[in-house]
Amino acid sequence: MLGTAKGEPVMSVAGLLKRDQLDVLIQTLRARGYRVVGPRAKSGAIVYDEVSRADELPVGLVSVQEPGRYRLEDSGNGRLFDYVHGPESLKRFLFAPQETLWTVEQNGEVRFKETLPEIRPLAVIGARACDLAGVSVQDRTFLKGRYNDFSDPYYATRRENLFIVAVHCTRSAATCFCASMNTGPRAREGYDIALTELEDAFLVGAGSAAGEAVLADLPLQPAHEGEITQAAQAIDAAARSQTRRLDTENIQALLFNNLEHPRWDDVAERCLSCGNCTLVCPTCFCHRETDVASLDGKESGHQRQWDSCFTLEHGYLHGAQIRPQIRHRYRQWLTHKLAAWIEQFGVSGCVGCGRCITWCPTGIDLIEEVNAIRLPAALRRRHGAQPEAKT
Amino acid sequence: MTGRLRIAVHKFASCDGCQIQFLNLEQDLLTLASRAEIAHFTEASSVTQPGPYDVSFVEGSISTSADLQRIREIRAASRLLITIGACATAGGLQALRNWKDHDEFVRAIYARPEYIDSLARSTPVSEHVKVDAELWGCPIDQRQLKRVLSDLLARVAPRIPGESVCLECKRAGHVCVLVAKGEPCLGPVTRTGCGALCPRYERDCYGCFGPQEDGNTLALGRRFRELGLSDEDVVRRLRFINGWAPAFRAGAQAWEK
Repeated sequence: MLGTAKGEPVMSVAGLLKRDQLDVLIQTLRARGYRVVGPRAKSGAIVYDEVSRADELPVGLVSVQEPGRYRLEDSGNGRLFDYVHGPESLKRFLFAPQETLWTVEQNGEVRFKETLPEIRPLAVIGARACDLAGVSVQDRTFLKGRYNDFSDPYYATRRENLFIVAVHCTRSAATCFCASMNTGPRAREGYDIALTELEDAFLVGAGSAAGEAVLADLPLQPAHEGEITQAAQAIDAAARSQTRRLDTENIQALLFNNLEHPRWDDVAERCLSCGNCTLVCPTCFCHRETDVASLDGKESGHQRQWDSCFTLEHGYLHGAQIRPQIRHRYRQWLTHKLAAWIEQFGVSGCVGCGRCITWCPTGIDLIEEVNAIRLPAALRRRHGAQPEAKT
Repeated sequence: MTGRLRIAVHKFASCDGCQIQFLNLEQDLLTLASRAEIAHFTEASSVTQPGPYDVSFVEGSISTSADLQRIREIRAASRLLITIGACATAGGLQALRNWKDHDEFVRAIYARPEYIDSLARSTPVSEHVKVDAELWGCPIDQRQLKRVLSDLLARVAPRIPGESVCLECKRAGHVCVLVAKGEPCLGPVTRTGCGALCPRYERDCYGCFGPQEDGNTLALGRRFRELGLSDEDVVRRLRFINGWAPAFRAGAQAWEK
């Protein structure tokens, strides 16, 4: 079902789906037993939530994103997917924010019980190229393969039951830099169906056999050369419109040779150590496991929960705190994400979605931090870090 | 600790709201009573037993000279001492007097100031005796209290997370009110434990669980200034229920004229 087939993706253009026929896709997926989630406007952002009809999708909304700021604005047109993205990637659907892995009962004898996730096929509409790239990075962490001797059964079960309707981005947010990370804005693999939004229709293609089967049930019209070109041009334009790019050249040596760079102190003056960057990141996988006992002492649950390298608990090992200061924790995050990840998993931990930039409450931009470290010492300019109000 | 735990709940300068969180455990309170001896809890029962206690929960700040004496006696009679709530843990709302002239308040408010025996400062228990664990919040959170009680009954160190509220928001899928709405949310520098109650209802966190373990109040204050708050607003934001907690105190101090 997944587009994880080896080699080239099965990318094909199957045809055109009129925008007012999108509901047929949703109903087809529902009829096939999928719980369908898609973009919904909630609390001033686009989040993933249950969708039962196409008219529940947000119409004509664009996200205006900049460091530390996200606003939805009305575009005045009827387009559905120009919002680009919200704080959530596909992460929560595969690597749950919190779940109980096993329970123990004590009633005369001690009994362990495994807790496996309920198997319910899930279809997600609106995943972006960066999200798919994020899944492929997390696969290396959670699935058995070259980087792992074991599969995480919770992740693997959800992964096998996930149907992805991707959307090739025809608009980029100001914080996007997927083009420079070579992950987007065109979704290349890992989807079942991909859509490109045109004026009043979607150019539709399948990326897997399961996707092809669903497309066979849709009222598709033939796509012409003009529409295919138009879609390709719109995706290219989204790539060209990106103003941020991460220079990854020699990045492992750059970061590891600069572990005592003054920039780590500078960023520590701006970093809140709140952990938002790590939780919105599609690839961050740090978690903790704790046991929660019932008050009567008869049972306990072993819980796994998203953690962050910005918590002190995460840096507390064998009776010692190894990352006592914010500079240590920011450095741990950035060096792992952009450099150590490559050694560990053979790929960068950054997919260029820019969520850590947008959703950082103080607007720290990792690209700026890397650039500052790259900059020769003579050209460095310190950021103002004192309360301006004291003047 | 072997056998049944002997538990005590003590009150100092406070509104009793955290003790009420204890009482509101209802059915769970009966379970607790079946596994532990609640030896002293005057909010619940006028029958009280003297120490020693295995665990003393202390509500309220140290606010009078009698408090100073009593907290030492409680410490001496308790194997573990756990503070409950903003007052016992950070000095509470009443610590707002710490920035003002205490004697002037007493003269202005009371007809017979000579009857009043209050200290110039309202201070947390930890400024006077050793504290083994702290449950933050105004009031404390029942789920956290239950977890601490379960951990104590299981004879393991109580687990009280010190991370930011943001982690709880992101796990729950709440949209960030600071980034998406420009609200001056204290969540990034505030300790989790409330279940992200305010952001869940699209409200900015006002820090009732006190400072997170190692946040950066100075940087958040700067962000609040960019969002349009005045220096005075930033001071007021941080100097509230947990204003005397060192991280909030320092964060407010930076913007004080």
